[in-house]
Amino acid sequence: MSTFQIDFSSVNTRRIVGIDLGTTNSLVAFMDLTGPVVIPGADGERMVPSIVSYPEGGGVVVGNAARVMLIDQPDRTVYSVKRLMGRGVEDVQDEIGLFPFRIVAGSESVLRLELGGRTLTPPQISAEVLRQLKKNAEAYLSEEVTQAVITVPAYFNDAQRQATKDAGRIAGLEVLRLVNEPTAASLAYGLDKRKEGVVAVYDLGGGTFDISILRLHDGIFEVLSTNGDTRLGGDDIDNRLLTIALEDIASEWRQDLSHSGEAVQRLRRKVIEAKEKLSYVPVTAIEFEFGGRRYQREITRDLFEGLIKDIVDRTLGPCRQALKDAGLTPEQINEVVLVGGSTRIPMVRNAVEALFLAKPHTDLNPDEVVALGAAVQAAILSGDVEDQLLLDVTPLSLGIETMGGVVSKLIHRNSTIPASATETFTTSVDGQRNVLIHVLQGERELVKDCRSLARFDLMDIDPLPAGMPRIEVRFLIDANGILSVTARDQRTGKETTVEVKPSYGLTDQQVEAMIQESFEKAEEDFQARQVREARVDADAILAAVDKARQSDSYWDLSEDERQAIDAAINELLMVYHGGDHHLIRAHIGKVDTATRKLAESMMNTAVQSALKGTKI
Amino acid sequence: MTDYFTFFGLPRQLELDEGELQKKFYELSRKYHPDRFARATPREQQEALEATSVLNDGYRVLRNPVQRAEYVLKQDGFDIGEQRSKDVPPELLEEVFELNEQLEELRSGDAEAAGPLRQSRDRFLGLLDDVDGELNQRFREHDAASESGARRAVLAKVRGVLNRRKYIRNLVNEVEKELSAH
Repeated sequence: MSTFQIDFSSVNTRRIVGIDLGTTNSLVAFMDLTGPVVIPGADGERMVPSIVSYPEGGGVVVGNAARVMLIDQPDRTVYSVKRLMGRGVEDVQDEIGLFPFRIVAGSESVLRLELGGRTLTPPQISAEVLRQLKKNAEAYLSEEVTQAVITVPAYFNDAQRQATKDAGRIAGLEVLRLVNEPTAASLAYGLDKRKEGVVAVYDLGGGTFDISILRLHDGIFEVLSTNGDTRLGGDDIDNRLLTIALEDIASEWRQDLSHSGEAVQRLRRKVIEAKEKLSYVPVTAIEFEFGGRRYQREITRDLFEGLIKDIVDRTLGPCRQALKDAGLTPEQINEVVLVGGSTRIPMVRNAVEALFLAKPHTDLNPDEVVALGAAVQAAILSGDVEDQLLLDVTPLSLGIETMGGVVSKLIHRNSTIPASATETFTTSVDGQRNVLIHVLQGERELVKDCRSLARFDLMDIDPLPAGMPRIEVRFLIDANGILSVTARDQRTGKETTVEVKPSYGLTDQQVEAMIQESFEKAEEDFQARQVREARVDADAILAAVDKARQSDSYWDLSEDERQAIDAAINELLMVYHGGDHHLIRAHIGKVDTATRKLAESMMNTAVQSALKGTKI
Repeated sequence: MTDYFTFFGLPRQLELDEGELQKKFYELSRKYHPDRFARATPREQQEALEATSVLNDGYRVLRNPVQRAEYVLKQDGFDIGEQRSKDVPPELLEEVFELNEQLEELRSGDAEAAGPLRQSRDRFLGLLDDVDGELNQRFREHDAASESGARRAVLAKVRGVLNRRKYIRNLVNEVEKELSAH
C-alpha cells in the first residue's frame, strides 16, 4: 500500500495562544520552538492585572493602567470580575459588599454592572482583558491572533464555563478549548520529562481553589478526580487583613473608611504588600497614609497565620474528597504541584505537604505555570505537539429534576469528558406537545440544593395519548465541560426541537448583540483614544511654549511673531476640549509652525553657550 | 448503540484484564479524542466527539465489575430494576432485623447503640467481600460457558448475586450515614 504524507504545515501556520484568564492577573503564552513562553505586554510586564476601567470621556483601560484608575475612579473600575462570571444576583449577595461597583436592578439571570454610565455583563468586562492579551500577542508575534485556549478553574460549573467562552467570542477569539487550570499546570510540568505516576495539583488562585489528581502515563494526562471551591482564594486572605486594618483605623481615627472606594483600594494595596512580604520574613508592617493621617501596624507571621488558618483548612476538605474519589491514599501520590500566588504562603505549603506526604514542586513560577500549560494545550490542538494528550473530567454531577423536587443523576462527577447519558421521556397528558426538562449540576439529592443549569424544552411532539410518545434525549458534556442536549422521537426517528433556556448566562442572541456592540464601541473607543493621545501631544507643546516664553529668544522675536504664536495657541486651546483629534492635530501643527523661528533661535543660543563653555 | 466490547476490541467476557482495558482506552483516546481534530471539519469534529463519548462511557462501564455485569445482563434482556434490591435476601433476614433495631436505637438518641452498630457494619462489609468473591466465581463460569443456554443460566445467578450485593451495599451506606450523623 502506498501512502503519502500530507504536509499540514501550511494549514497550521496560524498560531493558537494559551490564555490564563485569572481573577487577579491574566497572561498569554505561546509555544516557541524551545517550549511554552509567556508573552509580555508593551510595558514589558508578563502579567496583565485583570482590572478594567471605563474612564470619563469614553474608551477602556485594562491592566496596570486600570490599576491606577482603581484609586482615582473606583466607581468606573472593575477587578476580580471572574468571581461574577456565570452567576446570578442572589449568588453574590454576600460578596458584593466588598465590591464597590453597582449591580443594575432587574438583572436576574445575568449580572449587569453599571460602570460610568455603561451597563455591562461580566463576560463583556472579561472580554476587555482578553482583547488586551490578544493585542499583546499580536504585537509580539507580528501576526493576527484569532484562536485561543483559555483556562478555567476545574470546579467551574457549566454556566461559568459558558460565560468564559462568551467572553472569548466577544473579544474576537475563537475559543478552541477550555482547559482546567490545574490540568494545564500539570501539562507545563510534565512536558520536559517523560513523567510517570500520580500527581496532585493544588491550585489556590486569586478567587478560586482547585485540587486535581492525575495519572501520567506515556504522555497521557488522565485526570482521576477533581474538587474545589469557586469562592475561595487569595482575595479572601486579603479581605481578612483589610478588615482588621479598617477596624483599627475606625477606632484610632474615629473614621469609617470602608465606604470610601479610594481609601479601601489604597489600603488593599498595602495589605497585599504586607501579605506578600510575610511569605519571606517573619514580621512586617502595614503602613498607610490617607487624608493627611497615618496608620501603622505590625503584623507577625504568627498573627497572619492565625487570621487565615480556617481559609487554609477549607482547602483540605476538597483535597481529601479528591483522594477518596480517585480511590487513592496520600502515600500513593508521587508528586505535588503548587499553582497560584497564594501557594507562596509557607502555611499553605506546609499544609499541603502534611496532607499529601510529599514535598511540593515549585520549580515553575506559580503565577505563570497555568498560562504555560495553556500554551502546551494550544500546541496539542494545532498538532505541533503530538505525543501528549489530556483526558479531563467533569467536576460536578449532572442530573435532571424528577418528581418531588429530587435530582436523578445522569452523569456522575469525575467522569472523563466527553461523556454522555441517554434518557427516554414521555408525556403525562393526552395530546401534550411540549416536555420541559430541568437540568441541574451538583452532588446533593434535592433540586433546591443543586445548581440550576438550564431548562430544555422538547417542542412539537406529535399529539398522542399520554405516555405514548417516546422521546430519547441525549445529554452530552463536551471536552470543554459544556453540556448540549439533543432529542429524537424514537417512533419516527425524527429530531425533536430543543429550546434552551439557560438559568444563568447569556443566550446566543445576546452574545451576538454584544459582539456587534463591541464593534461599534471599538470604533468609539478608538476615537476616544486618538483624542486622548492628541491632547497629550497638545499638552507637551503648550508646556514647551510656556517655558520658552521665559527665554531671551522669545523677546528677541518681533511683535508680529509673538502675536502669531499667541493666536495659534488660542486656536489650539479652542479645539482642545472638542472630540475631533484631527482638528487638535492640525492646530498642534500650526503652533509648531508659528514657533519654528523661536525654537531655532533657542537651539542656536543653547549651542553657542555650549561652545563658549558656559556652565550648563 | 455501539457495543462497548466491540468498540474496545475485547472479547465479550465478564472477567476482564484491567491493564489491557486501560491500554486500549489510551490507544483509542489518542485516535479519537477531539483534541486531535481541533482543526478538522465540523463534521469530523462531531464524529470525534461522538466516538470519544462512547469510548469514555464504555470505559466507565467496563472497568467497574458491577456495571460491566449489569451491562451484559441488560444486553441479554435481563431486567435489573431497582425494586429487586429492596427484597431482603432470606439468609440475611435475622441479621438485618437486628441491624434495623440498632439503627432505631441510635436514631432515638441512644448513643450506646453506635458500638454494636459498627460491629454489625463490619460484619456486613465482610459479607460484601464474600459476595464479591462469589461474583468473580460466577464471572468465570459465565466466560467458560460455551453454549448460550448455559450462559444465560449463569447470568441469572449473576443477577441474583448483584441484587444481594446492592442490598448489602445500601444497608452499609445507610448505617454509615447514620453513624456519621451521630
